[in-house]
Amino acid sequence: MSNDVFVITEHMDGKFSDVSFEMVGKAKELASAWGGQAAAVALGSRVSANVFSSDSTIQVDDVNLAEFNPEAYGKVIEALVKEKSPRLVMFGWTATGMDLAAWLSARLGKPCAAYVKGMSVEGGALVASCQVYGGRMMADVSPEGDMAILAVLAGSFLVEAGQGSTVASQVASPVALDGLKTKFVEAIKPAAGDVDITAQQKLVSIGRGIGSKENVELAEELAQKLGATVSSSRPVVDAGWLPRTRQVGKSGLKVKPKLYLMLGISGAPEHLEGMKSAELIIAINTDKKAPIFNVAHYGATADLFEVAEAMLELL
Amino acid sequence: MNIVVAIKHIPSIADDLPVKGNNVDFDSVDFVLNEFDEQSIEQAVLVKEAVGGTVTVVGVDMIGELDGVLHLALAKGADKAVKITGDDPAADSHQQAKWLAEAIKGMSPNIIFAGVQASNDLDGQIGPMIAAHLDMPYIGGVSSVEVVGDTATVNKEFAGGVGAKYAVTLPMVVGVQAAFKPPRYAPISKVRQVAQTATIEKVAPSGEASAGLTMKKMAPPVATGHAEMIEGSSKEVAAKIVELLKSRGLA
Repeated sequence: MSNDVFVITEHMDGKFSDVSFEMVGKAKELASAWGGQAAAVALGSRVSANVFSSDSTIQVDDVNLAEFNPEAYGKVIEALVKEKSPRLVMFGWTATGMDLAAWLSARLGKPCAAYVKGMSVEGGALVASCQVYGGRMMADVSPEGDMAILAVLAGSFLVEAGQGSTVASQVASPVALDGLKTKFVEAIKPAAGDVDITAQQKLVSIGRGIGSKENVELAEELAQKLGATVSSSRPVVDAGWLPRTRQVGKSGLKVKPKLYLMLGISGAPEHLEGMKSAELIIAINTDKKAPIFNVAHYGATADLFEVAEAMLELL
Repeated sequence: MNIVVAIKHIPSIADDLPVKGNNVDFDSVDFVLNEFDEQSIEQAVLVKEAVGGTVTVVGVDMIGELDGVLHLALAKGADKAVKITGDDPAADSHQQAKWLAEAIKGMSPNIIFAGVQASNDLDGQIGPMIAAHLDMPYIGGVSSVEVVGDTATVNKEFAGGVGAKYAVTLPMVVGVQAAFKPPRYAPISKVRQVAQTATIEKVAPSGEASAGLTMKKMAPPVATGHAEMIEGSSKEVAAKIVELLKSRGLA
């Protein structure tokens, strides 16, 4: 068993995601505390992976890895981890990492912590701080045994710390990738035609608190008066009250408007990931303990309908 | 077609979460169905409506109150309900996934649905772990599923409308982000009717697994900042917000 830290990086259209760099930066800190090495692991086909500040970068190049395929990626990562026995394997708590981290944990019988927002070493042991229960609780946990798997929330660490130019060593896939049951068919591009919320200066964003599809109209009216566009958190879109093009957050879009006026959004970590850089965040929520009040610049514990209607009269 | 839905009964985050020792005080919280499981149940019923078959909903009975959730699933179109008598409110995802995998194994599943994540997935989600135990492929973040013969075509979402379409040879486990259509509504009268007539199969928990995590502390997050709170009646709040927006040239 080594003291190395593996970071399973991720990329799209040839560009590595911020969370990959964030994790590499953190991996270097941990590996150095343990006297090990930080290795970035990049799976793909003809990807330029000489972009990390890791001690080494392991690049597995195979045509079957050209597109993300959870089955193929899982097999390769499992084989690499078994061969190299790192002390820690980090994934992003992202659309891709979420398919792999818990799966690998169950395959190997090694501990897994998800929603990881912080990591530290206490007396040689890793302590992971995990943002659970929709951001209402932080759980500090210490994995048992000689290897652990973490799934790390994007935006938790510095991107710069992981940027560099370590030359990747190319390796062939350690496992045969024929006979896969999962086949990539095609990429899906965003539906065109609706407004682009990432290009808007002002957003009135609604959450579950809006209550029903009929009530969306009130937000539309308020947005119109403000010269803003209506966006939302995920539950509103899942309920079919707004199209997916309006969704802000991890599985939606990242926005950075001048104004982000939030009506009835509690502020789960997944939503914060998409809007925390907005210039002015105002949140209205009936729950005074909603996590959003730790992020918003201004807040009010009030009924969103009453406030919106009163604003309409004043505008 | 044997369609199985693995669900999680989890502490509600609508209310405060009291802490006892190093964990949530499970005796003092309400348990609810994981919100993504509502999507997952709907997607399973949609597949059944398209290709025929049976939908079996199975979950670990954490605090002896799973019946209500199962009755709701039956009212929405599931055909069978199974509860694993775990009776351990602190059972982690690893333990639940193992119990679920053992229970599902005997159901000869063609396709298994699970919610893509749950707010208490401190040690990861049950979907990929069930897939690992049953040696099936897994894809999460899925927002539509179409089954033709022994192949499922699923759309996986990455972010911002970007995604990918995959074709998977069944059996597989699907982690549902959102059903292809919003979940249907089941009237209370129908749920009550189901509750009076339905049989819920009980299964004893089988197999052991653990997250392998030592809990050191569970507490509300230490806020690094806090919003400046605008006090007063709704009208006063509205007036202050409008004033603030005007002062910044935003209204």
